[in-house]
Amino acid sequence: MTSTTVSSKTNKEGPARTDINIDHLTKLARIALSDEEKLRFAGELCLILDYFEQLKSVDVSGVEPSAHPFPVFNVLRDDAAGPMLGADALRLIAPVFRDDCVVVPRIVDDEG
Amino acid sequence: MSLCQKTAAELAALLSNRDVSAREIALACIARVEAVDARVGAFLGFDAADFLAQADASDARRSRGAALGVLDGVPVALKDNISAIGQPLTCASKILSGYVSPYDATVTRKLREAGAVVWGRLNMDEFAMGASTTNSAFHPTRNPWDTARSPGGSSGGSAAAVAASMTPLALGSDTGGSIRQPAAHCGVVGLKPTYGRVSRYGLAAFASSLDQIGPIANTVVDAALLLQVIAGGDPFDGTSLADAVPDYAAGMRAAHGPWKIGIPDEFFSDAPASARSAVEVAAAFFQGRGDTIIPVSLPRAKHAVAAYYIIATAEASSNLARYDGIRYGQRSTGATDATDIYALSRAEGFGDEVKRRIILGAYVLTSGYYEAYYLRAQKVRSLIRDDFARVFETVDFILAPVTPTPPPRIGDGIGLLEQYLGDIYTIPVNLAGLPAISVPCGEADKLPSGFQLIGKPLDECTLLAGAHAFEEAHDFAARRPTL
Repeated sequence: MTSTTVSSKTNKEGPARTDINIDHLTKLARIALSDEEKLRFAGELCLILDYFEQLKSVDVSGVEPSAHPFPVFNVLRDDAAGPMLGADALRLIAPVFRDDCVVVPRIVDDEG
Repeated sequence: MSLCQKTAAELAALLSNRDVSAREIALACIARVEAVDARVGAFLGFDAADFLAQADASDARRSRGAALGVLDGVPVALKDNISAIGQPLTCASKILSGYVSPYDATVTRKLREAGAVVWGRLNMDEFAMGASTTNSAFHPTRNPWDTARSPGGSSGGSAAAVAASMTPLALGSDTGGSIRQPAAHCGVVGLKPTYGRVSRYGLAAFASSLDQIGPIANTVVDAALLLQVIAGGDPFDGTSLADAVPDYAAGMRAAHGPWKIGIPDEFFSDAPASARSAVEVAAAFFQGRGDTIIPVSLPRAKHAVAAYYIIATAEASSNLARYDGIRYGQRSTGATDATDIYALSRAEGFGDEVKRRIILGAYVLTSGYYEAYYLRAQKVRSLIRDDFARVFETVDFILAPVTPTPPPRIGDGIGLLEQYLGDIYTIPVNLAGLPAISVPCGEADKLPSGFQLIGKPLDECTLLAGAHAFEEAHDFAARRPTL
């Protein structure tokens, strides 16, 4: 399999800053793309990543990261079972459903 | 005046006086959708039988003297990313076509408990990714004021439906401006509550640390009535805030000012003329009533769009991993093994913008880039929140534009970065988790424009009061598009 790596071309100040291995990314993202789509997406991502470069100019020394605007800690509930969705509810939403089970592809072969 | 053109508060009064039934209101909404929505495309669909059954139940309650609240019998339409049991939910994506919600979102449950009639599936940008409602997998929504143009987005269906009098109230969701921006483009009121003020349980997650459900309405009072019902802590959303919910309508009427109002230089000096003019109209009004305008600075807000597109895509790449073709939604018929099912179902089910953001999110979370992108963006987020906190030491709320440009013509190609930068005035608010309201303030080229008031955490009352003061002194709330 050939590897599609696209480099940023929009940087006016020097060599490309961003290399994107789009094959690796589509694998991580679990999205199948055609070769044409890979090239297009990689080019677009380079453009966006170039825009992100501005964050390097911000002095973040000693700054705590925020994962949430108002962190709330230790949100616990009683360790007791509550109502759950039954098979009838799942039957309506699963792509393939048989005998009260969601049908999934075989992931272990017969000799496993 | 048709029933559909009345505000929620007017409908509530008519219902309370038994001058009109919930069924008559529901029928008027349905007739209005049938008359105009072919030109607007606000709805992906609605269940007329369920709508009328809920309306009849409301009428029965009222005739027993057992109305559940002010909004009993008033229709509230839902953006297509908010769950209503037994109804479809697609997030305007092919990957969820055929999906039927097995439970109610907390906001939906609260609306039902308040007697409101919950109906409709409102169009949106796919998974709320976009600002035009043209990224819907099904059809674009058009601006009721000029159907050649976008209504904004991603809650464009919600804003267009309210603006075109198809529903008196709607819920949207706002991750980077998706309630406020379409509200401004459609000439209606849009309120993004404080992060955590409204439960996100049953909202299809896009970026969990930014998403917030909120009202879209014709008037500020209507927005307050709807917020009243949906606000509050929720054991099903660990990020929801347990703080007591005030009486918003009373709090709004009790707050008179005079206020100290900050205008951030970064949101004004370099803003395009139309954006500046919306702020100037509001500033002149507030000064006229004795409020003080104070120039303020949010020096790190200029980095908000970059930080946002790292944080939001990182969260989206994780949240949207659940759409795998296995448990729900569409499964590719071309797949032969599990890995294929994931990759092909997602390739066939997601549109380009969603794919782009998932891949970008995967990139910024990749080992080796995590610190340079995601962690740094989270630190910039802290700085932006600190900038707001510093400003709120001296002002009661902030006045700002909602959007730099008028809504684009549908079909006009707009560059990616240009699209992303369209949210430059709304995104900083989501990063900081603050409440903000978009208020109509005029027209330019026959299109509505609006300004934004940004408040302190959980201070929705002051925001509503400021917005209400402006609204009462003008007639923008009464203006409706001709369709």
